[in-house]
Amino acid sequence: MVRTLVPLLAALSVLQMGSGTVLETFEEQLLEQPSLLVLVPVMIGTAGNLGSIMSARLSTQLHLGLLEFSPNNPYVRATVGAVFGLAATVFVLLGVASWAIGRVLGGTLGLPRLMVITVVSGMVLAVWVVIVSSASVYVSYRLGYDPDDTTIPIVTNVCDVTGVLILFGVVSVVT
Amino acid sequence: MPRHDTALDVYRQSLPVILVSLVAGLFAGTILGTEAMRAGIESVPGLLLLLPAFLATRGGVYGSLGARLSSALHQGLIEPRFEWSGRLRNAIIASFLNGILVSVFIAVLAWGVTLALGRSANLFELVIILFVAALLSAVAMLGVLLTVIFKGYRRGLDPDNVIGPVVTTVGDVFGVAFLLVGIAVAGVIL
Repeated sequence: MVRTLVPLLAALSVLQMGSGTVLETFEEQLLEQPSLLVLVPVMIGTAGNLGSIMSARLSTQLHLGLLEFSPNNPYVRATVGAVFGLAATVFVLLGVASWAIGRVLGGTLGLPRLMVITVVSGMVLAVWVVIVSSASVYVSYRLGYDPDDTTIPIVTNVCDVTGVLILFGVVSVVT
Repeated sequence: MPRHDTALDVYRQSLPVILVSLVAGLFAGTILGTEAMRAGIESVPGLLLLLPAFLATRGGVYGSLGARLSSALHQGLIEPRFEWSGRLRNAIIASFLNGILVSVFIAVLAWGVTLALGRSANLFELVIILFVAALLSAVAMLGVLLTVIFKGYRRGLDPDNVIGPVVTTVGDVFGVAFLLVGIAVAGVIL
């Protein structure tokens, strides 16, 4: 486990410097609009949550010999359906919460704008999470790695970087 | 899995932890916005740069530990209680080492990137901060994760549905808080 994970996590940390650089680039805007600063860990965390539910379920089903990689597979369908349901719920709530916290901390971003930011970037992220999770379980399995070891780190890391990119992509369009 | 879960089953089991995670994530975000943290970000060059990598490492290391234990539980390879032997012990030690090694690597990496971006950074300071934060969060994460997985499993909860959210929740809050502790420790040592 150490042998598989340390090189993998080290490589993924290099990737993470990408989202770190994005954060540094937006440092001034982040300090000016607390709503956005509050959003960063949640956005990163939620993408990781959805991805890990997806990949933990797929890899357990793989271990149990129940998984075939097809969009028609009922296990895959149930999991994907749940991921989208969870994403829709969380990102609507997130819009309201970050707006409220931002107001308390002295931000000026309005509720409709924040809702657009969280829901649009959130749902785009959910689609991406489903693609990345399925692909990484499949590739790990094909390459002979245990998906339990590899997929969650891959999915959380990839989704962090793309989550920050998608978030600030939508932010720069909306604000 | 004894029976087929529908999307609604997965949704119902996962939603509470996802919501807790949402609240915790907002809490972590609020810690980021506090004055102590902002002062830390300003005084330690490279800290904002390494933040996503550091938080993600917690998810990666303990998420895979959780997924591993959950598959082993489903396969009947381990019992749903704490036993300091064999499979469980190896998994715990491995995740502990992974967490520390990768965090120190991130410190070195962030130092390098900060220098490459043409700013000065203190390698020793970054390493101390991340070592302290990684050590403290390992203890916190292992405690919470093992408790949730074993207790949850015994009560009929599928750990697969909750590990990720639990890991990112606890990881983000403890991660950000322990970075603050690390900054304080580095301040005392240096």
